[in-house]
Amino acid sequence: MKGPNRAKRIPWTLVLFLAAALIPTLGSRYYTFLATDVVIFAMFATSLNLLLGVTGLVPFGHAAYFGIGAYVCAIFMKDLGVPFLPAWLFGGVGGALFALIFGFFCVRLTSIYFSMLTMAFAQIVWAICFKWNDVTGGEQGYPNVPMPSMAWLEWIPWVGDLRIDHKFFYLTLILAALSIAAMRRIVNSPFGRILTTIRDNAERAQFIGTNVRLYQLIVFSLAGGFAGLAGGLFGIFNRGVFPDFCYWPKSAEVLIMTILGGIHHFWGPSVGAAILILLNQYIVSYTEYWPFVLGLILLLLLFGLPGGVVGAIDGLIRRSRTLVGGRG
Amino acid sequence: MLECRKLHKAFSGFVAVNNVSLTVDRNSITAVIGPNGAGKSTLFNLITGHLRPDGGEVVFEGRDVAGRPPHKICRMGMARSFQRTNIFPRLTVFENIQAAFIAHGGKSLDMWGLSERQYRDETWQMIEHLALHGIAHSVSGEVSHGAQKQVELGIALAGKPRMLLLDEPTAGMSAQETHETIELLARIAKEEDLTLLFTEHDMDVVFSISDRIAVLHQGGIIAAGLPDEVRRNDEVRRVYLGGGMH
Repeated sequence: MKGPNRAKRIPWTLVLFLAAALIPTLGSRYYTFLATDVVIFAMFATSLNLLLGVTGLVPFGHAAYFGIGAYVCAIFMKDLGVPFLPAWLFGGVGGALFALIFGFFCVRLTSIYFSMLTMAFAQIVWAICFKWNDVTGGEQGYPNVPMPSMAWLEWIPWVGDLRIDHKFFYLTLILAALSIAAMRRIVNSPFGRILTTIRDNAERAQFIGTNVRLYQLIVFSLAGGFAGLAGGLFGIFNRGVFPDFCYWPKSAEVLIMTILGGIHHFWGPSVGAAILILLNQYIVSYTEYWPFVLGLILLLLLFGLPGGVVGAIDGLIRRSRTLVGGRG
Repeated sequence: MLECRKLHKAFSGFVAVNNVSLTVDRNSITAVIGPNGAGKSTLFNLITGHLRPDGGEVVFEGRDVAGRPPHKICRMGMARSFQRTNIFPRLTVFENIQAAFIAHGGKSLDMWGLSERQYRDETWQMIEHLALHGIAHSVSGEVSHGAQKQVELGIALAGKPRMLLLDEPTAGMSAQETHETIELLARIAKEEDLTLLFTEHDMDVVFSISDRIAVLHQGGIIAAGLPDEVRRNDEVRRVYLGGGMH
């Protein structure tokens, strides 16, 4: 993210985007399914990292805003007949709004107490979604979320003839890319720099004139908003929204993805999302002991790669550059 | 410039700062000295808003600031450095000082600009000023202790404060570094019209640059005045300076 080395000048973002855009050409519905899953979770995990890697907050309840976004988007589309795009944006606003309200209380606490309170709020959200049959469908979930109208994609020669799930992948890819680009912009902005000062030293940040709690609250709400946007896409992708979207294992899952990829790199959480999802699919086809394997991965991660996968790769590149003697 | 009136602070019964009144004149250099545990850091924390006093007033440029949050007092023109080095360790030296410029320039809520491009000239100027240009792009947590102290000073100065509080600015420095830092401080204070209030262990430093000295002992001020007066004060000699001072 910093330093004028040549490797960083390659527009990796664009390369990645174009590479992802080629996946439906493989013609496999399964690959497109996996790719859609990865893209949505990359967005979700990146939103979590606004808190974790950038601001130094550890939320245990980030799934709450993912779930809220999913419910809001789905309910607006199905019950209220709102078109996809505004419904999706409302999902983001819903996530941001609830994050603002819950965050108001959470940022008053620090470290583990902050984490526990975010988890407590997430469990409340889960309990409400689980019981409020009239609105959320309760335990049974909220099924048959309509697919967005993608008539506009018909105009594109090759894409127009694709199956609906390939088309939805393109829609997801575009919206996720825009959201992730916006988050990247935020991380690199003066606001983002102030967040990193809070992460590094919250006490000192106060003495350069920063209202630490206010900034934590703003970023908490932003992260909730982006999580809500990711949730909205996931509800449609999943063809239904269920209370377990907000349940604590979901929060843990996204936390693991983020740490696995590496919290100190912007792309770490996306890489983590891809690894965890692909590994899950691969391993589940061999053994039913996925949680066992997940446990091993976590052990390996914590002892072997404290900087996450991207952190380790970055370390290797730097070391090899020093060995060659150049600065790259 | 700054006036503390009957400041009082106790921690679960232990009186850390007891009825302290202290006046700091504009553009002066004032030292607060005293043995460990005399209440120097607590006094600083009361003045800068880190702690809320149990009683008394802190009047900064005519306004009572006691109990206001640190970021507000900071924005009024009072900066501080800390006893243990207090910087942003994962950021580079350059980014540390740049962040302080961003915060003071009111750019903190800009979510769409590029932080890299903010206050580049001002940041470089400050880095040259502090002779940190050789390590500007090093991660600040990995540079030498003396350099980290300089970075911290840079962060404090970036806010163009009118008053600067320094808690043991030369703690942990070599004799050479101490000497350089003190010269730098005295020079900057003069150039920038800064009012300095500092605590320090090194008596050579204290007596060489202070205009006025206040002596804290067990939470109370036992003497205050010109360096010579303090040096000659019997009680100060008894409780603190010892027989070795002349």
